Amino acid sequence: MRHHLILRVVTKLLVGTIILFAFYVQFHGDFSPGGGFQAGVIMAVAFILYGVVFGLRHVQSVFPIWLVHKLVALGVLIYAGTGVWNMVLGYEFLHYGSFNPHHMSHGQHWGILAVEFGVGVTVTGVMVAIYYAFAARPPHIGDDDW
Amino acid sequence: MTLLVDILSWILIVGGSFFTVVGAIGTVRFPDFWSRLHAVSVADSGGMLLLIAGMCLQGGFTLVTVKLILIGIFLFITGPTATHAVANAALVTGLRPRVARDIEAVELPPYSDVPDPRG
Repeated sequence: MRHHLILRVVTKLLVGTIILFAFYVQFHGDFSPGGGFQAGVIMAVAFILYGVVFGLRHVQSVFPIWLVHKLVALGVLIYAGTGVWNMVLGYEFLHYGSFNPHHMSHGQHWGILAVEFGVGVTVTGVMVAIYYAFAARPPHIGDDDW
Repeated sequence: MTLLVDILSWILIVGGSFFTVVGAIGTVRFPDFWSRLHAVSVADSGGMLLLIAGMCLQGGFTLVTVKLILIGIFLFITGPTATHAVANAALVTGLRPRVARDIEAVELPPYSDVPDPRG
């Protein structure tokens, strides 16, 4: 791994910025292009880049497999839970206006934010899980061969 | 003043497009991996800088310009890094540049459109 000096330096520079950009796309998604899916993919790219450069072991100590699998389910729970909570409040499934019945558009704002957050969490989990599944296979060129 | 900015930005944008197209042609037409990589990486970085400078002039003093400068900084870091990674992997796995005597050994007519049989 000592071989890839430039890649390691640039990756350290970029990973934090990519995560920050993912949050920007996530929470600015209702004003500009973007949303939960794109933010989830960008967030997953940060972890995948870290894993590609520093190795699977290091990224899995930051973002372990059990956490990835829990996140996949947690995002769907946030999405469906938002809809069920609307039903509890006495409206239809995913009728966001029920969060603020006196000012429906404010309620819709919060509802969309919650649902998009659920989408982002699930997409992050699924993308990283796919990467883990592929990268866990033994490589053709070992890290010692460089 | 507006006309001057428009002319300058159009010069930059057309120049950047020219470099990008030349890089693409070089990627297709150059003989081996190393010269192709050289063409596309250098021309892409230069063309990208010119294009973003031209778009910044069109944007003026707005948030769009700030975002464009950020995009330019990131592309300027990531592009050469990706080129380095690809070239590094090729070098380590044993690919070497073609040298001149190697080309002379095969008797191809000069400036010919005949494709190289060795690929």
